[in-house]
Amino acid sequence: MSANTIGERYQKRTDATAVPVGKASFTAALRSEWTKLWSLRSTYWSLLALVVLTVGLSAIISAATVTTTPIVAPEDPTVVSLAGLDTGLLVMIVLGAMFISTEYGTSSIRTSLVAVPRRLTFLGAKALVMAVVSLVAGTLTSFAAFFTGQMILSTEQLNVQLSDPNVLRAVVGGGLILAGSAMFGFALGALLRSTAAGISVAVGALVVLPQLTRIIPGNWGEIIQKYFTSNAGQQIVRVVPFDGQLGPWTGYIVFTLWWIVLLAVAAILMKRRDA
Amino acid sequence: MIEANGLTKRYGSKLAVDDLSFTVRPGTVTGFLGPNGAGKSTTMRMILGLDRPSSGSALVNGKPFTTSQSPLHEVGALLDAKNVHGGRSAYNHLLSLAQSNGIPKQRVSEVLEMVGIEAVAGKRIGGFSLGMFQRLGIAAAMLGDPEVLIFDEPVNGLDPEGILWIRNFMKSLAAEGRTVFVSSHLMSEMALTADHLIVVGLGRLLADVSMSEFIQRNSTQRVRVRSPHGDELARLAAGRGAEITKLGGYLELQGISSDQVGDLAAEHRLTIHELFEERASLESAFMEMTRDSVEYEAAA
Repeated sequence: MSANTIGERYQKRTDATAVPVGKASFTAALRSEWTKLWSLRSTYWSLLALVVLTVGLSAIISAATVTTTPIVAPEDPTVVSLAGLDTGLLVMIVLGAMFISTEYGTSSIRTSLVAVPRRLTFLGAKALVMAVVSLVAGTLTSFAAFFTGQMILSTEQLNVQLSDPNVLRAVVGGGLILAGSAMFGFALGALLRSTAAGISVAVGALVVLPQLTRIIPGNWGEIIQKYFTSNAGQQIVRVVPFDGQLGPWTGYIVFTLWWIVLLAVAAILMKRRDA
Repeated sequence: MIEANGLTKRYGSKLAVDDLSFTVRPGTVTGFLGPNGAGKSTTMRMILGLDRPSSGSALVNGKPFTTSQSPLHEVGALLDAKNVHGGRSAYNHLLSLAQSNGIPKQRVSEVLEMVGIEAVAGKRIGGFSLGMFQRLGIAAAMLGDPEVLIFDEPVNGLDPEGILWIRNFMKSLAAEGRTVFVSSHLMSEMALTADHLIVVGLGRLLADVSMSEFIQRNSTQRVRVRSPHGDELARLAAGRGAEITKLGGYLELQGISSDQVGDLAAEHRLTIHELFEERASLESAFMEMTRDSVEYEAAA
């Protein structure tokens, strides 16, 4: 402690208790983010809410279809059995937004960025963990909703089979829409650095504004309506396509580009801004 | 080793940090002292690459911290102990940090034990007391067995036992040859821990001195003596060039050491009942130094 130790270099511990020097690689960041996601209760509650709401509402709408008199055969039975997706995507927005916005809300972002000072590594690892988890959870939920709904519809022989043309694509698409919604929330959470703002803007962009685009008049109005976020994205869950809308995959790619652009902007800002 | 070269941070028209240059060396505890709002935390955030300097740069072990391959091995930082997600358990919080740097799981248990919170490792951080937060923050800082440690006001909110623990901990880290950079707004705290002082006020560097030099430069030494032969002693001391003030039953002597007073009394066979040296408080020296750079001052 006295002045004579000044200038002595810190000697690494070399005995058996030495802490191995690890690297802050992308894989390491992935592992860290994985732990972070699964060590919060809110993750489990969100996923439970996702399944219960999506499957539950799909079941209720399917049940309503077979119990109204007279029974009207639905135009697209697959869509009926996936009716809960609209609500499920709200849960996904919350899950995605909160995964990054709570880092800012709790200031734990500073602790995180001292451990992983390369911000794109940090953001990329976090985004990838969210993408994988939301895709797996979304796909499972979509299939669960489909089978539940179809089982109910089958009581009046209104059901379709997974092997029918385009049905599998629509059910897989349901999972993709849920995952995309989580990423929308994530991108906006990263961009706005606030849970409340991230969720509000994402809900506005995916639920409210897409409806409003229908009232824009003229040619431009039509184009905006067609390409706007979930208007484009939801085509992938339709077996019977809507007239004048984008094709299922084109629509989904457009939907994906929306959040990728938002995430790219968030990444650029994150590199520049003070944490 | 930490080097700041002309570090400057501007928020709009306000200069939070103004052209700061200093070096923090290994093997010592370097105190970063300044009143609230002096720019200490901002400087630390810039060193850690969390805030971008408006101009100037900071190097950790010779390179910008953000380029580090093993950040937690290079620097352990405790900025604000509350920079954690309260919903996570202490163990998982530390585990996620360890994993981000490829540090083995076993090290998490080691640091938990090191700071003495292994009993609450599985509990959610949100329910921790401030002292436990602080210990958790230190555990996180120690994960990578780092060469450089940066602590921002680490004793804030700690009980006396915790304060003592942190002081000794920081000293032992420096004794191991590590670089320890610790901020405080309390001179008295620094006097007990730091070997070197970097004093700032309103973002500017006010002093960069060793603690012993700071003490020598800023403390006037007084000797107090109580004796039944007060008057005679006073006359003798005055003869040696001392300045004398009478304070109740005591004489206060300036410009003479207690050794000299004792010798003088013995020489003239004068009884002394009490004799001691008094140092002007470092706190007042510090306040004098930073008087013009206190951001908010209470009306006198």
